[in-house]
Formats: sequence, C-alpha cells, structure tokens
Amino acid sequence: MTRDDTRRWRVRRRLLQCGGALVLVPWLPAGAAERDIVDIPAFATFLAGRSPRWERMRLDLPSLADNGQAVPMKIVVEGPFAPGPYVRAIRLFSQRNPVPEMATFEFPVAVERIEVESRVRLAGTQRVVAVATMSDDRLYAAAADVVVTIDACMDGT
Amino acid sequence: MPDARVNVPAEVARGKPFEVRILIRHPMETGYRTDESGKPIPRNVLATFTCRYNGETVLVARLGPGIAANPYLRFFVTARESGQLTFEWVDEAGVRGDERVAVTVV
Repeated sequence: MTRDDTRRWRVRRRLLQCGGALVLVPWLPAGAAERDIVDIPAFATFLAGRSPRWERMRLDLPSLADNGQAVPMKIVVEGPFAPGPYVRAIRLFSQRNPVPEMATFEFPVAVERIEVESRVRLAGTQRVVAVATMSDDRLYAAAADVVVTIDACMDGT
Repeated sequence: MPDARVNVPAEVARGKPFEVRILIRHPMETGYRTDESGKPIPRNVLATFTCRYNGETVLVARLGPGIAANPYLRFFVTARESGQLTFEWVDEAGVRGDERVAVTVV
C-alpha cells in the first residue's frame, strides 16, 4: 500500500464517521425527550410511576415563538375511539412556567374527534408535555420543545 | 363589546363531530404583574369553562395562568339533535359569564 492509498483510506474513514454522526443527530432529540420528561415534577407527580405511551398523540407548538405571551397550541389524539376506550381528559404541563399545570380538558362523554386548540403563555425556552387519560386508564403522551424569544411574565411593567 | 365570541357551523351532520370556536374576553392575570404604582396585580384567571350540549356537559376546561389572555378554545362536539350549545365560565374572583348558540342538525 502506498502512502497515497493510506491517506485516501483515512479520508474515507473520516467521511464515514461524519456521515454516521449526521444520521444519528435527528434521532437524539426524540430519545432525549422521553428520558428528560421527568424533569417536570408536576408531570412526574401526575404519572405517579405509570408510564404513558408516546404515540397516538400530537402536540403542535411552533419550534420558535417570538412572543411567549400567546403561543398557538394544538393537541390531537388519533382515533378511532367509539366503541373502544375514549379520551376522558388531557392535561398540559410546562417545564419552566411558575405554574406548571397549564390546563386540563375533560370530556365527560365520548367525542369521535379529539382536537383542542388554544393559546398558551410560555416563560422561556422549554419543553411542554400533553398527556391524555383514556377511559380504560391508559395514558398517551406527546412533547414539544419551544424556543421562546420574549418570555411571558417578564414584561417589566 | 360582548364578553365572548362563539362560532359553530350553520348546519352540522348528525353523528359527525363539528368544530366549536370560542374567544372570551378576560385578562388572565397571572399575579406576577404590577400596576403603574408598583403594586402587584392579584392573580385572577378564568379557571373553569364548561360547554353543554342540550344540557349534557361535553367539555370542562380548567385553565391556569399558562393560558394566554383572552382565552381562545377550539374543540369538537358530536352532533346528536338540533338544540343549543351553552357555555359558562367563572374566574377566580367569582365573576361568571355565559353565552349560547343554536345548533341545527341535518
């Protein structure tokens, strides 16, 4: 093997390593989301050792919010529900707000389409978690990370 | 200016979920703000919102200071019979509000 060849192999190895890293990057936040979720004590208290399934549910928040005073939020739980278990309640938790319990939506009767939209206040860049309790007590959850440029509760007035 | 604006489709199909949108005028005071003289403004959020369809409760929303001022809610209700959707809310100062809208099922 010539010196030139050795160099070519080294370059090839570097490229492969970089490529490997690039492929891994998109998966990291998802894994991290589930692992770090317990750093919202109010959410951990609600779970009380139970573990939700991170599926069937979607929490839509903009990845970047210019103004934390009113951030559009949408929760979707995928059906079908009837005649099976339906959504009984959805709770929304914030990682950094002074009051982490943001809202609870209760559905006393089964609704075929679960989609709730509102506008939330966010005190800084953080993770928000939504968890749905089904009528068979099963839990589904979804998380979203939001970068907030101007915090709510910090308006200086 | 009315306290709330409600929007439902003019006609809804029996057995199908339909969209309900409501915007309520309320400051949702967090308790972290101060007035011009530096005195803290006490917390007062619209804590409980209830939606009934022909008398049956279909949604109860318990809101905290994490919900933006002038709370907006969009949700779905399953169409059964023509009748009325009624909305009721109460804030932490005990002030109540209500609104109603007719539902036409076809």
